[in-house]
Amino acid sequence: MTGAQILIKCLKREGVEVIFGYPGGQVLPIFDEIYDMDIKFILTRHEQGAAHAADGYARATGKVGVCIATSGPGATNLTTGIANAYMDSIPIVAITGQVKSSLIGNDAFQEADVTGITRPITKHNYLVKDVKDLSKIIAEAFYIASTGRPGPVLIDIPSDIQLADAEFTWPEIVNIRGYKPTCFGHPGQIKKAAKLIAEAKRPIIYAGGGVITSAAHLELRKLAEKIKAPLTWTLMGVGGFPGTHELSLGMLGMHGTAYANHAIMESDLIIAVGARFDDRVTGRLDAFAPDAKIIHIDIDPASISKNVKVDIPIVGDARNILGELLEQIEKVPNTVEWLETVENWKKKYPLKYKDGEKIKPQYVVEQVYEATKGGAIITTEVGQNQMWAAQWYKYDSPRTFISSGGLGTMGFGFPAAMGAKMGCPNKTVIDIAGDGSIQMNIQELGTCVANKINVKVFILNNGYLGMVRQWQELFYKRRYSQVRISSPDFVKLAESYGAVGIKVTGKEEVRPAIEKALKIDNTVFIDFHVEPEENVYPMVPAGEAINKIIGGLA
Amino acid sequence: MRHTISVLVENKFGVLARIAGLFSARGYNIASLAVSETLNPQTSYMTIVVAAQDEKILEQIKKQLNKLIDVITITDFTKKEHVDRELVLVKVNYSTKDRAGLEAIFNKYIGKIIHHQDDTAIIEAVGDQAQIKSLLDELDKFGIIELTRTGKLAINKG
Ligand SMILES: Cc1ncc(C[n+]2csc(CCOP(=O)(O)OP(=O)(O)O)c2C)c(N)n1
Ligand SMILES: [Mg+2]
Repeated sequence: MTGAQILIKCLKREGVEVIFGYPGGQVLPIFDEIYDMDIKFILTRHEQGAAHAADGYARATGKVGVCIATSGPGATNLTTGIANAYMDSIPIVAITGQVKSSLIGNDAFQEADVTGITRPITKHNYLVKDVKDLSKIIAEAFYIASTGRPGPVLIDIPSDIQLADAEFTWPEIVNIRGYKPTCFGHPGQIKKAAKLIAEAKRPIIYAGGGVITSAAHLELRKLAEKIKAPLTWTLMGVGGFPGTHELSLGMLGMHGTAYANHAIMESDLIIAVGARFDDRVTGRLDAFAPDAKIIHIDIDPASISKNVKVDIPIVGDARNILGELLEQIEKVPNTVEWLETVENWKKKYPLKYKDGEKIKPQYVVEQVYEATKGGAIITTEVGQNQMWAAQWYKYDSPRTFISSGGLGTMGFGFPAAMGAKMGCPNKTVIDIAGDGSIQMNIQELGTCVANKINVKVFILNNGYLGMVRQWQELFYKRRYSQVRISSPDFVKLAESYGAVGIKVTGKEEVRPAIEKALKIDNTVFIDFHVEPEENVYPMVPAGEAINKIIGGLA
Repeated sequence: MRHTISVLVENKFGVLARIAGLFSARGYNIASLAVSETLNPQTSYMTIVVAAQDEKILEQIKKQLNKLIDVITITDFTKKEHVDRELVLVKVNYSTKDRAGLEAIFNKYIGKIIHHQDDTAIIEAVGDQAQIKSLLDELDKFGIIELTRTGKLAINKG
């Protein structure tokens, strides 16, 4: 078999259902095999779209997403998507063509040092030097991408390797001596954690993306209910705990709820599960939760005690550890008073916005929530739209909120929605977008229409790069520098691609437009003309303690 | 503070770049680095001397190294009984009047002349950090023309 045939056969063995990609000169042998393979192939309009689609597919399904591109510009176009997956620990395998082995290093046509470029943004990468190694490399790549703390793996395959012959062998088990992720938590540490929990007076659970990765949501809920602790989550943790649950405090951090931030600051015990104390969450570190002891559960030992000092680190899979912890907890703390305090904060500083003449973006998100009864998969772009989507829609199950957390990549939401829809065809998938961000990967409209990928894009069109404008308003004396952004007529644009466009300028049209869009079996853009200078509140200025909340009503 | 760690890695293309890249991306400083194959040609040892302000940074360096797929094991010599050595080659002025002085140094310290020609000599010395440092301090008087060193190598006792 040729290298290209081996590749497709391996992808099949790995259970790959769909590949997102774009052809080119150095992947011709692979595309010749793609011609009659029985895996779905989605031709995107840009390689960045392919990488984000693979990422969105992975986030929605929990499976490994796959994308493919040619050498040089094809590969460099993938890199933003790879970096995005890396920052959020998302399992994708990216396959790139490379110039012939004999030409590598010669500045050949469309040559780029792709393993070099992607080294710091992949969990691991490979340049295939011998076709005999190919199947082993592919098996390793899927294993590495999907286990431990997941992440992107790139395989760079020179064109001569794609053509070279080798016998097909399949490694039934992958054994990499330098890679042995810890799955089970240390029993002694778990016992200590149980003891600390029993002694706590003001415990809080702080949940991150690790809960979703390890499917620990049921255990997490049991823990919160058993010890009667309020629970807050990061942007990556949205959906890991029901947003409608009485113990839920919503998101914490820079745009977190005031009550979540007050609660964590006043807590005496933080149980961190699959979260990494990112600066957007902790604010000023030396002022963060001064009285709190910290139990930190994480699969990545390097995440522990990186930013904050941890009292009880437990390394391993969150689901396994929470399961064990639940068994070990005999005595539960009395949190009646604490929950009352938290309840008072909730009453005193509720999440709210002021209604006005124009459509409020928060109102749109609320209406989307009601119209979908909370049952949709929501992807987001980056900026204010992202924060409103996280704040005003209530997510009750994991993998229903898909957003670029660590890298904050504008242009992620639309291709990610495409990937999510490919993975979950029976779900309604909606990209809550900004007018700036949507223009960064708008070409994927072509992909959606051509492949009948029915996603909805709801643009919160404020005429601004709103989040940047907000910072300029608050911290740069309203000197609005390069944040006014024009847009095409989104309705005409959608129509020219063969999709449906709806423009909404009045409040009363919001709900009917959403209802209408949900009924249409096609990609639909709704262009919501919203209040141009609405701000995202609550807000904690960067570098401040997270209870130093400014502006707004909260 | 300087710490010596030894990293057993897969002897594969690009591994050195991964390790070096990790240090530069995270802003850690490498004071010295020595790389060679082990008894098993499939693996290499990298002995790295790192300058880390505190224990926390050293811990992070070790954890981050451990995350690299090609890293098999890490030995931190900070709290381990070990022997370490470094080899230096020093080119110094070597006129007739210097000879006696140099001999005296070699008697007191480590080092020997492995080559001389015209008015220069090349000195080889193997020793631990303190020994190499005092040798170099002494040699300074004669005028060091050129100097190259391997970086530290270390091995566990017992
Ligand atoms: C690729 C990329 N470039 C720049 C930024 C910086 N940035 C963050 S939010 C934002 C504004 C986004 O504008 P829009 O999509 O209209 O969203 P809004 O904040 O108005 O809802 C910008 C420019 C980014 N996050 N990503
Ligand atoms: Mg905008």
